[in-house]
Amino acid sequence: MTDSTFGLFGTDPWWLVILKVLAIFVILVLLTLFTIWWERRVVSRMQNRIGPNRVGPQGLLQSLMDGIKLALKEEIIPKSAHLAVYWLAPVISATMAFLAFAVIPFGPEVSIFGVVTPLQLTDFPVSVLYVLAIASIGIYGIVLGGWASGSTYPLLGGIRSSAQMISYEIAMGLSFVAVFLFAGSMSTSQIVIAQEPIWFAVILLPSFLIYCTAMVGETNRAPFDLPEAEGELVGGFHTEYSSLKFALFFLAEYINMVTVSAMATTLFLGGYLAPWPLSLWEGANQGWWPMLWWLIKVQIFIFIFIWLRGTLPRMRYDQFMRFGWKVLIPVSIAWIMIVSLARVLRDDVSLTTTEILISGAVVIVLLILASWVIQTRADRRNRAREDAEAAAAAAPFDPMEAGFPVPPMPGQSFTYTSRRAAAQGNTIVQEPVTTSRSVEDPTHDPDEESTHG
Amino acid sequence: MIVMLADAATESSTGEQIVFWVTAVLAVAGALGMVLSRKAVHSALWIALTMINLAIMYVANSAPFLGMVQIIVYTGAVMMLFLFVLMVVGVDSSDSLIETIKGQRVAALLLALGMAILIIWGIGNALTESRTVGLASANEEHGGNVQGIANLIFTQYLLVFELTSALLITAAMGAMVLAHRERWKARLTQRDLSIARVRGPGHAGNLPNPGVFARHNAVDTPALLPDGGISEISVPAPVRARGDERPLDRVDIDEVRQISEGETALPGEGKSE
Repeated sequence: MTDSTFGLFGTDPWWLVILKVLAIFVILVLLTLFTIWWERRVVSRMQNRIGPNRVGPQGLLQSLMDGIKLALKEEIIPKSAHLAVYWLAPVISATMAFLAFAVIPFGPEVSIFGVVTPLQLTDFPVSVLYVLAIASIGIYGIVLGGWASGSTYPLLGGIRSSAQMISYEIAMGLSFVAVFLFAGSMSTSQIVIAQEPIWFAVILLPSFLIYCTAMVGETNRAPFDLPEAEGELVGGFHTEYSSLKFALFFLAEYINMVTVSAMATTLFLGGYLAPWPLSLWEGANQGWWPMLWWLIKVQIFIFIFIWLRGTLPRMRYDQFMRFGWKVLIPVSIAWIMIVSLARVLRDDVSLTTTEILISGAVVIVLLILASWVIQTRADRRNRAREDAEAAAAAAPFDPMEAGFPVPPMPGQSFTYTSRRAAAQGNTIVQEPVTTSRSVEDPTHDPDEESTHG
Repeated sequence: MIVMLADAATESSTGEQIVFWVTAVLAVAGALGMVLSRKAVHSALWIALTMINLAIMYVANSAPFLGMVQIIVYTGAVMMLFLFVLMVVGVDSSDSLIETIKGQRVAALLLALGMAILIIWGIGNALTESRTVGLASANEEHGGNVQGIANLIFTQYLLVFELTSALLITAAMGAMVLAHRERWKARLTQRDLSIARVRGPGHAGNLPNPGVFARHNAVDTPALLPDGGISEISVPAPVRARGDERPLDRVDIDEVRQISEGETALPGEGKSE
């Protein structure tokens, strides 16, 4: 597979590969330390507090000190834990978090010690899928951590996160499709290059918004942090973890945040390409400057993550899942259909943009008309059903209708006669009892989890 | 990685040899572990290991798309759903070894034997008769591995592809039909619930906390109302049911009233400041 489009990828000398791996590791750890401090400071400012400002300049070393303290703490392993899996879970989480960064482009080709090389560890034709694959293995860490703790709250957190991340990964994957169509590639470096004149966030805005929503769900961050909802689940999947193992989960969460931000930057915000006013300057996209633009874009996303956490209350779990399945996924599919249809019309049928827009308007008008017709008919049907139900409720309830014991219909009630009283011949009529099934007990609905919190 | 793949297309290089022996050993170990594990969750983990190693082999054999899809679909979605079900079913449920279908073991052995023959035959054929040549030119034809696969799926194998997806959708529909529950009444929304809470006979808001004044702050001490009366509901119901509620005599209350109205000084006050 000597693909000519991959230029210098795969031609690095061994020492450069090691150097790049090391650099990515160091950058991610530093970014984690910085992000924790940044998050605490920003959230503090949003809550009229000051936040950590004692250790180091502006409190910058606070998270380093916290990390050292965390690592040196006593480790408590629950008796009911499944040891091997309990140990494996944080390792999977942290390793996968680091691995995803192998294909993130930091910048264009630069010269390092005389060797011209791209600022990216490696790239191959399906590297965006590689990030998805790594993310899906990373979920195992959380799910297994929840299971292996042998305790109820972590288990609930683990179950929640597995359902949540599968659901939001679908929406995330669908939001990539339009990008692949426009870039004509699934490799990160080529997607960045394909955004040279205009970013995909502009021309594929719906995809961008869907990705931004899905990435918050995928990283378990507020307002979608249900696997670790402290109001309901103590700490969620990591409740029983302490010391260094907990630190690994913590590290993984923050690296994942950086990873999804970097993916958003790469796929939608032009990666390392300079933003508009800067891109007028020749040298803005050459040398080491692009890495700065990349870093700024990623930091903007991280700031939005923090902003969301400081602003929004946690969603209820069933609403969250409904949003994922009934809003995000259908909207993504519809958007992909529109995008591919427009492309086919433009490229193969060779309609002009104006013609496409006009036909689009016609289709929208037709859809509105159709939905109006459907809505009227549905209303009529609903009214008919309500009338029928009212009529049924008015009819007296026969518990042995057609010779079979039947439950009452909605709205009907029956009078309970105790058997002993019936046998003795005197009917004691008690209060009318509606059937237990027709009364929806809000506190014991098996469909949903607790709504408190 | 690219270099390794490039070499793999022509001759098996040292890199490929290493990758093969590592992933093959791990994949077989995962398969064995899957069969030999007692706990269902452990089996699921072993098979996930096998799948990941197979994916690495696909990538090493110049099929990066297949490798990634293998991980995303099988490891990421299918096995995750398995894990999900296993975790919902029970933390400690292990498989029972009682034979539920008669002659199951014999049938399984026969089928396994047949499968083994088929696989060995297939691999043997591939090793002796067909030769893997022209991978580079096949990939080159449509501009890359991914494009080549897309071309095959959407032209030559379109019907098979669509039939498979129809099968999967049918399975999903079946599961939905089986799990469907007809509701007798419209589901109660958050709005309905809050209205019911306010209109209902119970206490709409949070119950008052137990007494936290003066000398007692345990849960068995009732709270005082603004008028000096005692709030019965401030003591948790279980405590009340056990009869462990602390009887609050008026002496305490009067003392508090006197202190709050400034008639007596707080004990200890005046010493400090």
